[in-house]
Amino acid sequence: MAMRSEAVPLTSRADRVRGLEGFPLLPVLILVGVALVAIFAEALAPHDPEVGSLAARFRPPAWQAGGSVEYLLGTDHLGRDVLSRLIFGARVSMVVGFTAVMVAGAIGTGLGIVSGYLGGWVDQVIMRVTDTWLALPALTFAIFLTAIVGPSEMNIVIILGAVYWTRYARVIRGEVLSLKQREFVRLAIVAGCSKGTIMRRHILPNVLNSAIVLGTLMLGVVIVTEASLSFLGVGVPPPKPAWGLMLADGKKGLMVGYWWLTVLPGSCIMLMVLSANLLGDWLRVKLDPQLRQL
Amino acid sequence: MSRRALLELQNLSTHYVSAKGTRVVRAVEDVSLRVEAGETLGIVGESGSGKSTLALTILRLLPPAARIPSGRMLFEGEDLLQKSDAEMRRVRGKRIAMILQDPMASLNPLFTIGDQVAEPLRVHEGATRATAWRRACDLLKAVRIPSPQARLSQHPHEMSGGMRQRIVGAIGISCGPRLLIADEPTTSLDLTIQAQYLNLLRELQRAHGLALIFITHNLGIVAKMCDQLAVMYAGRVVEQGPVRQIFRAPGHPYTRALLSSIPRMSDGRQRLSAIDGQPPDLSALPPGCAFAPRCPSALDQCREVEPPEVAGAENSCVRCWLATSGSGRGNVGNGAL
Amino acid sequence: MTRYITRRMAYSLLSLVLLSLTIFLFVRITGDPTTLLVEPGASQADIDAMRERFGLDQPIWVQYASFMQRLAHGDLGQSFYYRTPVLELYLSRLPNSLLLALAAMVFSLLIGVPSGILAAVRVGRFWDRAGKVFALLGLSLPSFWVGLVLILFFSVYLEWLPSSGSGTAWHLLMPAFALGWYFAAAHMRLTRSSMLEVLGSDYIKLARLKGLPESLVIAKHAFKNALIPVLTLAGINLVIMINVAVVVETVFAWPGIGRLLYEGITFRDFPVVQGVVLLAGGMIVIVNLLIDILYAVIDPRIRLEA
Repeated sequence: MAMRSEAVPLTSRADRVRGLEGFPLLPVLILVGVALVAIFAEALAPHDPEVGSLAARFRPPAWQAGGSVEYLLGTDHLGRDVLSRLIFGARVSMVVGFTAVMVAGAIGTGLGIVSGYLGGWVDQVIMRVTDTWLALPALTFAIFLTAIVGPSEMNIVIILGAVYWTRYARVIRGEVLSLKQREFVRLAIVAGCSKGTIMRRHILPNVLNSAIVLGTLMLGVVIVTEASLSFLGVGVPPPKPAWGLMLADGKKGLMVGYWWLTVLPGSCIMLMVLSANLLGDWLRVKLDPQLRQL
Repeated sequence: MSRRALLELQNLSTHYVSAKGTRVVRAVEDVSLRVEAGETLGIVGESGSGKSTLALTILRLLPPAARIPSGRMLFEGEDLLQKSDAEMRRVRGKRIAMILQDPMASLNPLFTIGDQVAEPLRVHEGATRATAWRRACDLLKAVRIPSPQARLSQHPHEMSGGMRQRIVGAIGISCGPRLLIADEPTTSLDLTIQAQYLNLLRELQRAHGLALIFITHNLGIVAKMCDQLAVMYAGRVVEQGPVRQIFRAPGHPYTRALLSSIPRMSDGRQRLSAIDGQPPDLSALPPGCAFAPRCPSALDQCREVEPPEVAGAENSCVRCWLATSGSGRGNVGNGAL
Repeated sequence: MTRYITRRMAYSLLSLVLLSLTIFLFVRITGDPTTLLVEPGASQADIDAMRERFGLDQPIWVQYASFMQRLAHGDLGQSFYYRTPVLELYLSRLPNSLLLALAAMVFSLLIGVPSGILAAVRVGRFWDRAGKVFALLGLSLPSFWVGLVLILFFSVYLEWLPSSGSGTAWHLLMPAFALGWYFAAAHMRLTRSSMLEVLGSDYIKLARLKGLPESLVIAKHAFKNALIPVLTLAGINLVIMINVAVVVETVFAWPGIGRLLYEGITFRDFPVVQGVVLLAGGMIVIVNLLIDILYAVIDPRIRLEA
């Protein structure tokens, strides 16, 4: 009779056995591909993404009746080429996504280390703030902040960073707390290293693993949030093409069946998030099985 | 061997096979044992020696990766390996019971004591809730739990460790099994409670005619509780026989080392003697005797060919080349090689 | 147990205060909050009057004090667009969001819990792998995209379901599905890992050793224990659902507080935005408190922790 018995550790054996066996080639290729598209957008896009021809509104993709090769993936309500907008939208997603993740990661890791290592009232203060901010749903908080400072590409990045750093801080702090007990940290203290040095040279490199894994997981979340913001109209301002914005525009044509304006940008978002999540899962397994609790 | 043994294991092996089938861990290898009714068998060994796996094999509660490639397990004459899942289920708890090491972990934190003690009675004997609870109360009394009626509606975390272990014992004997397997039942108890608990087990055994298999790494407990002893190393039984006999004249170097590593007050020696080396990796055992790398008396032969079981005095048995050559351990070997 | 509850409540109170402080400070972060607090298109006289009213020239702690005072009285300002008190507006829309969230939660638990249990019991085999794919999709597909695709299929192509508004159960189906989709995956994942952990525990081993039938082992011993973390999460998720439904409500024009937030930002109705955010945070803090208390009541172990 089959059963699981004996010491199945917290991070179940089943996950290890049946998890992502190898390197997630496809997701990484997708991410790299999107990055390349974003970098070489000018060269790749057949049309200007921000300028449309009113005569060519709502053209379907090339393979449907009424479509043409000129507008491979169709046009939107202003006659702008969908393919070009998708390509430039990749740039927006990548730039905003990655930068926001870095910002959030930097702030969160930094504060997590400080909070975890120094303890005392510094820890209390930072943790209270973190808990409070975590109580607010990220999207709501982000919307609130855009209402205050107004949307622009830069602002969105800062806002997303400000909303998501708390996720890092908690996890990193936890790691630091356990790291503090380890031999090499104690040795450093005994050797007379300053707190700053210890944090920088001993603690930081050891939490980087977690930070990176968190980063890949956060990437998907951030992209969705950015797309949501754009969809609601408070993301990166038009006419700059953001996939979320394209979805919002696409809704106008939805009821009459202009499916490509919705399905295509949405698929792009989905692919990116899926790839980021798969990569994050794999990294989580590879870099540190203990992080499975994330 | 005229009388049929209660439990007889013949050349039993249990292997764990890795997911890809490449690594095989020989957790239990070629084990043959007998337990008579009402008798106590102690199984002793280091962690990783296969004792717990052996217990789970008897009850056929192994994880999916395990295989039983060979052997027979005869319980009251029936081969347990031939039984279907449903049949085994009727054996477990009712005819063979087992208690585990950590009583806190063994009891479900969300259910009352009464519920958990009554459960096997309801499942195996179809007792009604009222009857089962009454019997549960009697069982708690039998294991000397004070104010048993009140305890029935309490939860595990409200009990002390010693009480919890008794409760687990009560669950074990609830359906009147013939055999009780205890896997390190006293390891997580305070020393002061251990003695009490062992006494309780002895009493229960006498009262119910239970056979007991006692798995432990503590030879002191073996000396006190057991009639027969089997010493396991690297999945094999390296020595077995009556406790007195083995303690008096251990035949296997490992047993000898175990016995001598128990510190004794009368000892003139200042230092504790430990056994050199590490327990072996069960998936990559060296050829020959598994203990050879750590054995102070190893011969070349020991490192090349696995020793057979050699019968010795008083129905004891040793798996060692030294026992066959008659090189001075007082055992007359039947298996001349 | 009362000590535990009191401590928990004090903690929640602190969180609420910090929350309001955070919001308060953020509003003033740009230096001049008049652009936000005053209606667009107001005259200079209006602006000055507003400045007076909110005491914007006063030192910050005075402002905060009056802010807290207003909060305590339930005064969250007045919507520019609707010309009704924000709180009133919020409370009128809340039931709709609650309804949507409940429907989504039911859906997510109905799908998530059984599939999680199935995946755990059949770990490593087909259902587990299927479950993993499902989880991945659930966590990667944004809810509003799911909603849009649903509309495309069921409203446009098949014409079975209405694409927007509320009023009948038919209107509820798609938004609930879109909203619950992500959470179904999250609940599945948690149920699975919780179940696996429970299945590996000693008391399950003992249950099997007692000779209990496997169905009883799973349904009685494993299930209840495995469910604890899932229910906790579900409770928290319910409140989160109410708040992150912004996009789904916008897609389906569902008249809940998410839609209210959308209207707030579209019409530059800042009091509404501020109110929704404050109430969102406050709601979550309070619900967390309630869940912790409930947890303490259900799980007998917690009661003893002082």
